[in-house]
Amino acid sequence: MDESFLSDIASATDQFASDSRNVLVETKSLSLRFGKQTILNEISIAIPRGQTLAIIGESGCGKTMLLKTLVGLMSPTSGSILFDSRDINALTERSMTALRRRFGFVFQNAALFDSMTIEQNIAFPLRQHGVPKGKSASQMILQRLNEVGLPSNVLSKRPSQLSGGMRKRVGLARALILEPDLLLYDEPTTGLDPIMSDVINELIVRTRRRYEVTSVVVTHDMHSARKIADRVIMLYPYARLKKGESQILFDGPPSELDHTQDRRVRQFVMGEAGERLMEMLATQGRDESGRGDLDSINPHDSRLRTID
Amino acid sequence: MATADRIFQRSILGRLQNNLFRTASAWGSVVVSGLTTLGDVTLFASQMLMWMFSAKPKKDTLLPNFYSIGVLSLPVVALTGTFIGMVLAIHSYDQFRNMGMETRLGAVINMSLVRELGPVLAATMLAGRVGSAMAAVIGTMRVTEQIDALVSMGANPIHYLVVPRFLACVLLIPALTIMADFMGIVGGYFHSVIILGIDHAQYLKNSRDFVGGFDLFSGIFKSVIFGAIIAIVSCYHGFHCEPGAEGVGRAATTAFVQSFVMILAIDIVMNLMLRAMEFALWPGGSKLI
Repeated sequence: MDESFLSDIASATDQFASDSRNVLVETKSLSLRFGKQTILNEISIAIPRGQTLAIIGESGCGKTMLLKTLVGLMSPTSGSILFDSRDINALTERSMTALRRRFGFVFQNAALFDSMTIEQNIAFPLRQHGVPKGKSASQMILQRLNEVGLPSNVLSKRPSQLSGGMRKRVGLARALILEPDLLLYDEPTTGLDPIMSDVINELIVRTRRRYEVTSVVVTHDMHSARKIADRVIMLYPYARLKKGESQILFDGPPSELDHTQDRRVRQFVMGEAGERLMEMLATQGRDESGRGDLDSINPHDSRLRTID
Repeated sequence: MATADRIFQRSILGRLQNNLFRTASAWGSVVVSGLTTLGDVTLFASQMLMWMFSAKPKKDTLLPNFYSIGVLSLPVVALTGTFIGMVLAIHSYDQFRNMGMETRLGAVINMSLVRELGPVLAATMLAGRVGSAMAAVIGTMRVTEQIDALVSMGANPIHYLVVPRFLACVLLIPALTIMADFMGIVGGYFHSVIILGIDHAQYLKNSRDFVGGFDLFSGIFKSVIFGAIIAIVSCYHGFHCEPGAEGVGRAATTAFVQSFVMILAIDIVMNLMLRAMEFALWPGGSKLI
């Protein structure tokens, strides 16, 4: 065996080791089933440190389930999840609790605790894990509040006294309080007006820049995905896949979304109902003994045209 | 003709068989679902006990629960206790007067209150006022992902939500029972002595002679078990709440109904047990007659 061959092997091994060190979260053949219903099937994703990954896909495709499974809020039926090379399903409850210090989760409707003030909500992770040495809790709370652009007078208010956008920003401040390594956003712009959606997008971008945090964003807002993500993954409902097809229809940078050849991805990106509308109307027609609204459909309606 | 009869009989037998199968399968599914729920509740209770002994609950989760379960329930328990004492006097007076034993009214009222009505009344009030609220609050937290938020921030929801409520129910229901007993005794005394004019000294003497420490103990002991049932059943239904407003409403209703039914069912078992214990300790110690 000559020396150059050995050095090639050594450099490939180093490259592999550095790649695996660079990966913060990885799923290996992850599957999630409820009874006979398969939600996620053999999902394998590696998320490098510092990357912002957007998971897109229609409602019911399993995006939120995947997000919750990543941080141990749901247990997978099979497969493994590695966080910093540690299998989170093999961890004890105590180790998992300690590991959760490194996660921040921004819930769809913020999931703020109704019984607490905004200050108590933001301080909750500090209460659980303790205040880092040399820092003061009130200073940290004010700093995070300032970062998400909220005035300090909201601290004494209850979540019910805030608007949807403000609640989401409080949710982000709470998720950021311990400066986590991994931030997960569940539909951060859903239910917000376009201006507030852009504010939230901007906050996600700034947070990533400031803390160099790895982020996973579940969204079906394509504007948001294009603005914030380095990489986009599109999931498709398992029940609609052909046998043997992967549930991940697209995995690449957002700029490639417009050049994909997959009809389903292009339909989603362009927001076209395609054959779904026909399916729905056919179901309506069946339910109404063939006297449905099929006659009222304009076959030249652009919404009915599939892209291919 | 014979063939027609046979077909007729077969069709009747077939229908009967089908109905029997359907009934048996319906009852079977009821039994299976009942056993599954019982198993789930037992697992839930054992998890709660494990958390209760493995990690000390924080003061800021305990005190609000103690306040809302103990302090805020006192007025309603006191009021209903008074009314029950008075109602007992109203109903029993005529029967006892006919036998010339109206001075024994105090013994009957106080014994009924201390052994039975006080604990059951306090538990019913707690199940209605606190149990359904616990199920609704925890159910709403489940539906709005607040429980997921707790877990994601490293807090165990059973330790954070269930243990304080369980401790508040178990530790404070004896105080509520004593309040119900006391106010019932006051209500019974007021109606018997002040309104019906029964001799005050005789009424009190009979009350003191017939109601003993074991009666008070058995009432308070039962109340602790009732408190545990209310907390576990209500929190369980909150945790297993179906999504939506209807789910939360159903969780609250089911929590109250199941707690109430279980309180009454376990009351029978505990009464039999305590009575056996009393006979073993003081044989032949019949009290009222």
